Amino acid sequence: MEIIGTALNRVDARDKVTGMAKYTGDLVGPHALIAKVLHSTFANGLVTSFDLSEAWKVPGVVDIVTCFDVPDIQFPTAGHPWSTDKKHQDIADRKLLNTRVRFYGDDIAAVVAENEIAATEAVRKIKVSYEEYQPLLTIEAAMQAGAGAIHDERPGNVVVRSSYEIGSFEDAIKEPGLIRIEGDYETPIVQHCHIEKALSFAYMEAGKIVIVSATQIPHIIRRICSQALGIGFGDLRIIKPYIGGGFGNRQDALTEPLNAFLTMRVGGRPVKLEYTREETFCCTRVRHAMKFHIVSYVRADGTFAARSIVAYSNQGAYASHAHALVANAVNGFRMMYPQGAIKSEAYTVYTNLPTAGAMRAYGIPQIGFALESHVDDIARATGLDTIDLRTRNMMKLGYVDPPTSITCHSTGLAECIQKGEAYLKYRQKREAYAAQTGLVRKGVGMAIFCYKTGVYPISLETSACRMVLNQDGSLQLQMGATEIGQGADTVFAMMAAETLGMTMDKIHVMSRQDTDTTPYDTGAYASRQTYVSGMAVKKTAESLKSKILDFAAFMLNKEAWDLDIKDNQIVRKNMGTPLISVAEVAVESCYSLTNSTHIAAEESHHCSDNTYAFGVCFAEIEVDIPMCQIKVLDIINVHDSGRLINRQTAEGQVHGGMSMGLGYGLYEYLKFDPKTGRMLNDNLLDYKLMTAMDTPELNAAFVETDDPTGPYGNKALGEPPVIPVAPALRNALLNATGVAVNSIPLNPEKLFFAFERAGILS
Amino acid sequence: MTRKTVTCTINGKRREFSIDVRSSLSEMLRGEASLDSIKHGCDVGECGACTVLIDGRPFNSCIYLAVWAEGKEILTLEGLTDTKGTISDIQQAFMDEGAVQCGFCTPGFIMSSIPIITSDTPASREEIRKQVSGNLCRCTGYENIVNAIEKTQKKRIEERKGSGKK
Repeated sequence: MEIIGTALNRVDARDKVTGMAKYTGDLVGPHALIAKVLHSTFANGLVTSFDLSEAWKVPGVVDIVTCFDVPDIQFPTAGHPWSTDKKHQDIADRKLLNTRVRFYGDDIAAVVAENEIAATEAVRKIKVSYEEYQPLLTIEAAMQAGAGAIHDERPGNVVVRSSYEIGSFEDAIKEPGLIRIEGDYETPIVQHCHIEKALSFAYMEAGKIVIVSATQIPHIIRRICSQALGIGFGDLRIIKPYIGGGFGNRQDALTEPLNAFLTMRVGGRPVKLEYTREETFCCTRVRHAMKFHIVSYVRADGTFAARSIVAYSNQGAYASHAHALVANAVNGFRMMYPQGAIKSEAYTVYTNLPTAGAMRAYGIPQIGFALESHVDDIARATGLDTIDLRTRNMMKLGYVDPPTSITCHSTGLAECIQKGEAYLKYRQKREAYAAQTGLVRKGVGMAIFCYKTGVYPISLETSACRMVLNQDGSLQLQMGATEIGQGADTVFAMMAAETLGMTMDKIHVMSRQDTDTTPYDTGAYASRQTYVSGMAVKKTAESLKSKILDFAAFMLNKEAWDLDIKDNQIVRKNMGTPLISVAEVAVESCYSLTNSTHIAAEESHHCSDNTYAFGVCFAEIEVDIPMCQIKVLDIINVHDSGRLINRQTAEGQVHGGMSMGLGYGLYEYLKFDPKTGRMLNDNLLDYKLMTAMDTPELNAAFVETDDPTGPYGNKALGEPPVIPVAPALRNALLNATGVAVNSIPLNPEKLFFAFERAGILS
Repeated sequence: MTRKTVTCTINGKRREFSIDVRSSLSEMLRGEASLDSIKHGCDVGECGACTVLIDGRPFNSCIYLAVWAEGKEILTLEGLTDTKGTISDIQQAFMDEGAVQCGFCTPGFIMSSIPIITSDTPASREEIRKQVSGNLCRCTGYENIVNAIEKTQKKRIEERKGSGKK
């Protein structure tokens, strides 16, 4: 392969460094109306009435809608492919505006005005009367006997409970000589913090509602808006320009359904609905907080005889992606170490907190923290080597996961571990740091992960691609799959160039999706696009190539099977001698007086396979015990994501994921008033998003395998880098101090109490 | 609503705007001058996506009143590309080092890096990190952004040395 596997600059880099790249906010015309939402200032209750008289008096107000004016339709918001099987459909549990308020910040009314100041002022002047109920802010409170139902459809507030058992746990633990290790682990609510706020603008044109939105999933947004408004799919058109980050938050319908309704209310005039940063924190989606109880029975040689897990996931107010996250987490618990009997029980629970949805790696950072912390706890209890313990029990090549049939088609995990170990000199340092006594101590830690590529067989995996040849021999590449910053457009262009035998400058990516014209794809999530959509690119390129060669054969009076394309030239297969250029074929195909034809291709790919990506993080830290502070001295992630498509963007994904993992492990969490449920740190000053100064030098390394199921041997990469960082830091802290801290972030206020309990503070 | 005329230099050209006195500089630059490289990520000076240079110093234009721009020289990202479309070395370095992902924070980062790359005193990586810590990025982990700035700074110092010798 000539192009695949090289390091190329992004196809959108120039537009982005010159300010030419257009984002949703750059496409709003100067005369758009501005919408603002009134959010509830109580977490649990019922709106009984509004007094809008003062709000209507604000000059410039065009329309005011309340929860009493919206269609009586409950709709789902999760960005999943729709299931025609009722049992697998997402939970429809919210309206465009809600009378029954379920979190502090729920949408209860909206104002459309001629300018932002008027809209903001009118929202402030709406008076609300309501009945307030006791907010249920924790899983324990929501599950307590007698707790009121947050949604009438789920009286005990449990959204879903699920369980599985592989082998017999009860039989397995009867084996003599087993060592029992038990632990509780907890992860916090955090937020995606894409730098572009949540926004969309909507208008009507040619009888359709057009929504321009910062979304990862334009085709799914069209389906959700159609359900929310009770109108046809064809009555809606979604346009997705460049977006300022997604990380899963935009794998959900956010502002779009309400905004579509608002433009209908004002006769199709353009309406911009842009959340503030505070609203983006509180009123979009967050990462699920989870709690895990793990019990392991381990043989003296370190092999796992039996393990059990009980998991609780805090869903917040609305179902969104609901149980899919914790289900993914407990499946990951099984897949990573598929040894012995394994038993799981998982609960997703409604609470009166902001809604949790998808976020980078979808439940796996949560289980990754719990599981990899627990494995170090096992090593500590048994005296076994942390690496040997993992390699003995981890997934091996050829593994077939019993419930899902997902097969390990390739693995470089053992090599990843070796590479990381050699870089950090982990074993040597681990021993050296084992018995320190000073106030400032060093420690090393590591953690591994496995991650599925896409969502098969849980959900549909489909993708389509279109290529249209221009008269100069260049082509438009059009994808339903979306560029969200991860570099999708660039790798799709590389795949097209590679398969067609053309150079990169001939591939024009149409980055903007428009559901009226863009081929179907479910969008950017699950690290699926290079794997699933990449296959659509490959198939379309093959189809286009065969059409070009057919026409060339006609022109040259040769057989198409004997021709190939190399460097934009038609050549004799295996000979390489240029016969004619693709440009000449393109011109003739367009203007031939005897045989003109439009050379274009469109193919869709229905993916019915999956494969595991793997990786490891090794970290070295310094702990200042009196200051209760952790400083990262060195950190490396080593990934097996199959063959790399673009080394530059691959490395970028690893850096970004590591940074998000460092934030998750050390700094980030959303804080709520325990009385009212109000979010307390809903801004970028009080929420500790890492700055460049807080970030250590990041090292990204790879072990390349050639996955037989990937279109170019490739596997998932976008999400995985975030997974192993937090547990590696926690295990480094354990190595440094002997103190096991089982919840993140490992910030000073947590370390203070942990160190005090351990008696190492004085 | 009170309006006021503001006269200032934007990217080398003298401009005059009649603006609502409540407007921020970022609103004036986006709304009146169509300079869309200025991004709003927070509107309160936390994220740095709206960074522009005012008389050579980086400011969050979202919390700088438009009326304060009277008589000032303002440089935005658009001003780094010349009239023939040739981009500056720092923009090229952001491309080559993979310092761009979603691109939303990129204009602010490039503007914040200008005082570093135009300074005669070489900045360490640590100092570069400090000087751009008013700009937030969620995609890159900052690694390649620091690389791009460091590389351009070194290149410019070399160039200045070279021209000094002549």
